[in-house]
Amino acid sequence: MSIRVQNIIKQFGSFVALDDVTLDFPTGKLVGLLGPSGCGKTTLLRIIAGLESADRGQVFLDGADASNAHVRERQVGFVFQHYALFRHMTVFDNVAFGLRVKPRGQRPAESVIHSRVRELLDLVQLSALARRYPTQLSGGQRQRIALARALAVEPRVLLLDEPFGALDAKVRKELRRWLRKLHDVLHITSIFVTHDQEEALEVSDRVVLMNHGRVEQVGAPQEVYEQPASPFVYSFLGAVNLFHGRIQDHHLHVSEGRLPVGHNGFQPGAEALGFVRPHELDIETDPAATAGIAARVERVLAFGPTLTNGQRVRLKPARIRLFAPESQPAGSLIGMDGDGI
Amino acid sequence: MSAGQSRRVLPGFPLALGYTLVYLALIVLIPLGAVFLKSATLSWEQFWTVISAPRVLASYRVSFGVSLLAAAINAVFGLIFAWVLVRYSFPGKRIVDALVDLPFALPTAVAGIALTAIYAGNGWLGQWLEPLGLKVAFTPLGILVALTFIGLPFVVRTVQPVLEDLDTELEEAAASLGADRWQTFQRVLLPVLLPALLTGFALAFARAVGEYGSVIFIAGNVPMVSEITPLLIITKLEQYDYVGATAIAVVMLVVSFVLLFLINGLQLWANRSRART
Repeated sequence: MSIRVQNIIKQFGSFVALDDVTLDFPTGKLVGLLGPSGCGKTTLLRIIAGLESADRGQVFLDGADASNAHVRERQVGFVFQHYALFRHMTVFDNVAFGLRVKPRGQRPAESVIHSRVRELLDLVQLSALARRYPTQLSGGQRQRIALARALAVEPRVLLLDEPFGALDAKVRKELRRWLRKLHDVLHITSIFVTHDQEEALEVSDRVVLMNHGRVEQVGAPQEVYEQPASPFVYSFLGAVNLFHGRIQDHHLHVSEGRLPVGHNGFQPGAEALGFVRPHELDIETDPAATAGIAARVERVLAFGPTLTNGQRVRLKPARIRLFAPESQPAGSLIGMDGDGI
Repeated sequence: MSAGQSRRVLPGFPLALGYTLVYLALIVLIPLGAVFLKSATLSWEQFWTVISAPRVLASYRVSFGVSLLAAAINAVFGLIFAWVLVRYSFPGKRIVDALVDLPFALPTAVAGIALTAIYAGNGWLGQWLEPLGLKVAFTPLGILVALTFIGLPFVVRTVQPVLEDLDTELEEAAASLGADRWQTFQRVLLPVLLPALLTGFALAFARAVGEYGSVIFIAGNVPMVSEITPLLIITKLEQYDYVGATAIAVVMLVVSFVLLFLINGLQLWANRSRART
């Protein structure tokens, strides 16, 4: 089922959590909502679920306006960061909860509930723990039970709010791979919120980058990583070197030297920001070279036999992307990359 | 394992236990034992005659019946009260929160006189209720009002901290799974709150059974109708019938103990079904 949010605005007091957000979530895809804390991603997820209401704007589920539908009626599965399992119920009863609270007419027979819960527990590979209580499970197991519980009611969409946020690093990695595999089996339209870029890039079909209540970029993981649309995305995703400087005859002049940038849309003398990924920096050992940032090798770690301590080199970007300085509205791409200089 | 005791990491167990037992004996058990001893000077027939007199039997019904009813009322409304205090913010919330403890602090005689003044036929509320056929002061209903008044803080104060710990995410999870408000309350909230609610109920009940000061003013103390057992004990004492007084006291003690024991058992059961770890 497709989800569309349109012109969503949400304020908490004077704090703008969501500032006119419009997004489409395609059917059957796993979309990662990524951004720093306080960027509005969780608020957006809760508005889609119906746990929060937007000040303005609409939510469309499967093309139908669901803005005023109660969370009960939206048929969304919601997974919380801290699991929100019912402590006084066994794992089995937790998963069966959604089936047992159905109105009398739609409630399946207890035998049907039983086989359905078994099925789901098999799916999350925890059948052996059916009679345990949540307090007897590890964090990773609890989150898988929470997922099984959400899936029990056959939701039209699955919403996950920082599902791995409370887990330790190792379990988190295992679980996100497992989630990816599970999604490949179920193909249920899913949105998950995270502040962990690695997680978002690894798990999602599409990544939505958010900052200050706005959408910065939407795209496939590879796309947003390789072609960031704004300085924010560049600095948020992966490691990056930032150079402040001025454009002059196809070079970005910085205090330590000049960097060749090829043809670009900047006026000569204009200020610009250059972004270079670490792996995009070449080391130029020719002493006659004039372009690149002058540097001296302090200590050779594992760069190979061609460099020696104390040797003077230049760092030359193989690829650089230019942005206008902060005064420009975020996200307006002015420069073009100097690929192949 | 005998070595287990010497290897206890945290010290103080023998001392703490010894102190607790001595304290319990001095403060609680010795006076209670004296009550039993004193009443033992009666023969069985005499004892039975004293405690099964029609007027005394009527007073048991009033005391325990009205106390249970008052505790039940407090359980329901105390829960709502605690819910409002925890979940909502409104102007004057802290004042309301502080007011809850007032029945703790107020001398019960003052509460009794105040309630009587309000509910008497010429009182603020009584003058409107009486024409409706609702006589509060000097009836068992008045006792109920007084006992509800003094028992309220017990339920509120025991339920409040548990409610504060209760994550709203649980309710959101239940709602997202399709549960309506009643199902959420019944299946998700109540099982978690039940042990605290039972504690509050037991405390309010125990307090109500032992209450004297506030009740005697508003009860009217009509024999067979609105006489509470503690009043009968006092009456007997005033007549220098010490043995008769202790006999009735023994009955109160035993019945109260059995009831509290039952409530405790219920609580244990609720606790166990909450988290079997």
